[in-house]
Amino acid sequence: MELTSRETWAVIHGLVLGTLYLLAFGGALAGLWSLRPGLITAAGIHERMKRLYLGFGVMAATAWATVITGTWIVYPWYREKLAGADFAKCAGLDLPSKACSPRDFILSNVSGDTEKWHEYGMEWKEHVAWAAPILATSAFLLVLYYGPRLISRKWLRMAVIVLLVAGFAAAVVGGAFGAFINKVAPIS
Amino acid sequence: MNAEGTTDMTTTTTAHHDEEIAPELAELNLPDKPDGPGAAMMISAGIGIFVLGFLTVLAEASTDAKTWLQKWEWGVGVGPLAGKTTIAALSYFVSLIVLWVLWREKNVNVKKAFYIGLALGVLGAIGTYPTFFQKFTP
Repeated sequence: MELTSRETWAVIHGLVLGTLYLLAFGGALAGLWSLRPGLITAAGIHERMKRLYLGFGVMAATAWATVITGTWIVYPWYREKLAGADFAKCAGLDLPSKACSPRDFILSNVSGDTEKWHEYGMEWKEHVAWAAPILATSAFLLVLYYGPRLISRKWLRMAVIVLLVAGFAAAVVGGAFGAFINKVAPIS
Repeated sequence: MNAEGTTDMTTTTTAHHDEEIAPELAELNLPDKPDGPGAAMMISAGIGIFVLGFLTVLAEASTDAKTWLQKWEWGVGVGPLAGKTTIAALSYFVSLIVLWVLWREKNVNVKKAFYIGLALGVLGAIGTYPTFFQKFTP
């Protein structure tokens, strides 16, 4: 199987970076949740904090890389207006082509009632996904700034978890709609 | 007056007693840190998301705004999304730096900062929701 340049970027944006983000999120959440008084020795705190800094840092970096590659590399290919105002060049197609971009294809409804995938799915995904790196960066900076002090400050720890989970929710909206839309009208 | 004994959002005194709650921290000899930078991280996240939601609604409501936001794409083909997301990200980083510098030595009420950031973030998230922002289409 050979991937085109566009398919490769779509895989990097959605699968590679998305998987890294998901792994880092799981580790960061588990590490932060169990960062409680009486559970870890002073030596253990050093080891735990290093992993937390790494997990949160990777999560923030991959979140930025995901939205930047998605918006500035993959999205322009999706939204090209190739088929004309009436999407005439999409007629009879089963998939997007060089004359009918994925957006054209979805809005043309040539393969069923698909326009909602753009008007609702893509319109929500392309915007809300940008909340993920913002929230992940603030969560990372909070963990970096307070460090082991988070052990004794339950409320602050919970506030970081709220940022972490809210960022993850935004990423899930982006990831899930991205996967579905790429299934309906793949970038190739 | 709040739990920290202050009436304003900020104060220059710090009053954390981490070792009393988690004795294992005593061995680490951690210096006390003011909450100002932490509050800056929370509020700036809310500002960034609020700006994103606001610009999403604005681009839908105004053709002029949409055209201006599209100029941020530098010919790449991103459309107005380029302006919305770039300005939102810049708003986040600039507000983070400004608030961090302003509050770097102050003990800010971090709970109040969290709720301000949360309110801004929720408003911003609503602004990015298609069913909401498409109501502003002329």
